[in-house]
Amino acid sequence: MKSFFHSASPFKPSPFRMLVSYLILGAWALIILFPLYWLTITAFKLPAAVNNGPFYLPFVDFQPSLHAWEYVLGEVGNDTIRLFTNTVGVSLISATLTLVIGSGAAYALTRFQFRPKVGTVLVFLGCVLLAAILTALGAPWGLAVAVAIALFIISLVTIARRFTRTLGNNDIAFWLISQRIMPPVAVVIPIYIIFQQLRLLDTWPALIITYVATNLPIVVWLMRDYFASIPYELEESAQIDGASRFRIFSQIVLPLSVPGLVATFLFVLVFCWNEYLLALFLTNARAQTMPLAVVAQNATRGPQWWYMSVLVLIMIVPVIAMAIALERYIARGLLVGAIKG
Amino acid sequence: MATLTSTANPPTTRARASRSERLAPAAFLLPAVLVVLFVSIFPLLLSLFLSLSRLRFEAGGLKVQFVGLDNYRKLLFGSEQKVLFGTIATPSLVGWVVLGAVAFLMLAAVYRAIRDARSGRAVVGRALAGMMLIGLTYLVVASLLAPEGRPGTMVVTMLYVIVGITLQYLIGLGLALLCAQQLPGRRFFRVVFLLPMMITPVGVGYLFRMLADTNKGPLEPLWVALGMQDFAWSNNAWGARIAVMIGDIWQWTPFMFIVLLAAIEGQEVEPVEAAIVDGASHWDIFRHITLPAILPVSTTLILIRMIEAFKIIDLPNILTNGGPGTATETMTLYAYRIWRALDIGGSAAIAYLLLFLVTFFATLYVRALRGRVSTVR
Repeated sequence: MKSFFHSASPFKPSPFRMLVSYLILGAWALIILFPLYWLTITAFKLPAAVNNGPFYLPFVDFQPSLHAWEYVLGEVGNDTIRLFTNTVGVSLISATLTLVIGSGAAYALTRFQFRPKVGTVLVFLGCVLLAAILTALGAPWGLAVAVAIALFIISLVTIARRFTRTLGNNDIAFWLISQRIMPPVAVVIPIYIIFQQLRLLDTWPALIITYVATNLPIVVWLMRDYFASIPYELEESAQIDGASRFRIFSQIVLPLSVPGLVATFLFVLVFCWNEYLLALFLTNARAQTMPLAVVAQNATRGPQWWYMSVLVLIMIVPVIAMAIALERYIARGLLVGAIKG
Repeated sequence: MATLTSTANPPTTRARASRSERLAPAAFLLPAVLVVLFVSIFPLLLSLFLSLSRLRFEAGGLKVQFVGLDNYRKLLFGSEQKVLFGTIATPSLVGWVVLGAVAFLMLAAVYRAIRDARSGRAVVGRALAGMMLIGLTYLVVASLLAPEGRPGTMVVTMLYVIVGITLQYLIGLGLALLCAQQLPGRRFFRVVFLLPMMITPVGVGYLFRMLADTNKGPLEPLWVALGMQDFAWSNNAWGARIAVMIGDIWQWTPFMFIVLLAAIEGQEVEPVEAAIVDGASHWDIFRHITLPAILPVSTTLILIRMIEAFKIIDLPNILTNGGPGTATETMTLYAYRIWRALDIGGSAAIAYLLLFLVTFFATLYVRALRGRVSTVR
């Protein structure tokens, strides 16, 4: 009986622990999978099979039908493919860009000391306000922004050195994350106006720029922690060997943080893939994404559960494939192996 | 040409290298700052302006009228106060105890700041934060823990955030610890546990509406067995709130799970090996090796989730439409409802109140942890 509670190798859990672990993991897997099972069978149900009470097993309870799939992939198939392509393109580009820009910033915030001056920040805010007031008074916004930037640069080279109070890296990081606090409902009209002025409405760049900006803070915060956990000694020895900062970052730091990078990439990808409200406002035809199609199935006749289920299934299959492909990189020992080698 | 070829000389290369080294910090950080500034400054300013004005859609187009703090006054003291703050009533005994405990803790914090002879600003800061916290606690206590009270959207939002995040973190951590063991087939669980996060939030809303249906949903036999087949979510405030929280936990535990798993997998193996050889128990290893290693990631994770959770809108909107009444309505959903009723100014004012509230909590959280967990070398 003792061997049941104690394992042979220090890293292998004992059989009793394994049993308990499997029970808990299995229970949670059931909680996760049952709603998804329901979603899947709903995609194969006729409206009557949905509306006349719960039916659980295809071929036993109800006769499965491909009618919803024929509608989504056949009747409105061209729309679905267009929306799907947009979703894939926008999310992949946004996630990659966000990861590149964000991990650079995260690295900077863990390895360098920044001392932005309070005065400089205030001057900057003043210039922004000036531009806003000029625009409100009827000046063209391009001119107002140019005046504000010129004024900001002038004050940087003249009076900025008199300021002494400084902020630190933590303040920069907090400012970044605080940009996510504003609910999308409140910022969606201003963002719409920005891209209207830039004539980018209903294009990929509008969505990509917005998604990169909204997801950057998350990448910076998550990657900051991963970078901070990488031993600094490795970088120091590389520096002594004469490697540049960019080389150290790309050849030493990034390979060591693969688990964090993969996890973060997955999040950003998923957030962009599933984003609804901003996509609703920034697109109207050409650049529409899949979540809009899901909500569009809530028609005046009530929710068309079968179409909705098909669309949601089409949306999650590629992400699951990607998660399976990338999951292996979030594995134990990558870090340790690199340091030993 | 001569100057060009001379750049190959070692001294010049070193000079160039050192210049690029000096510029490296800015080159790493600036792109992110500029992108975020580009997308965030104008929306912040414009919605601040909108929150101070009233928009009317008239025949000639849009008419904007500056009304000062009117929108805020209406929310905090006027006709919308009941929606935002709920019905305030005399707290029950438990309520008074909770309020007293919070007030005592705040007084203690201020007293300690004075005793340690901190700067005047630190003392004033603590006193203000303490007053704000006591006020918020009173709001929660007088609407939730009072027999005649009824929580408003602000308290409901805080309830979702606090309950949701606590449970998501604990479940996510437990699952991550289990999945980090050497179990055959753990890759299956890891992928399955990620699934809910990958469904679009609006899709999750509709999925849970299907599941919560007491007549046609899959749980119908359960409702019949409980004698609740005629139960309507639209009549039971707490039932509806719990349904929203279950949906939220279902959807967002994966986020906690995967980040914590990556952190646990990323920690060094040697200390754990040494501890096992020395005969340390599983709890000891968790308490003294794993927990300190994942603490920085945990604090970040909770901050990010806290900020996101305050904006919860899709689930209550689709699942319960904010009802019964406004019982499940969150501040973002409230702003959205008013916004659809074309009161753009009022909607922006709610958004700014939310901004204020979340900034307060986030600052408090970061300050409380800054001394203990430092991520900067």
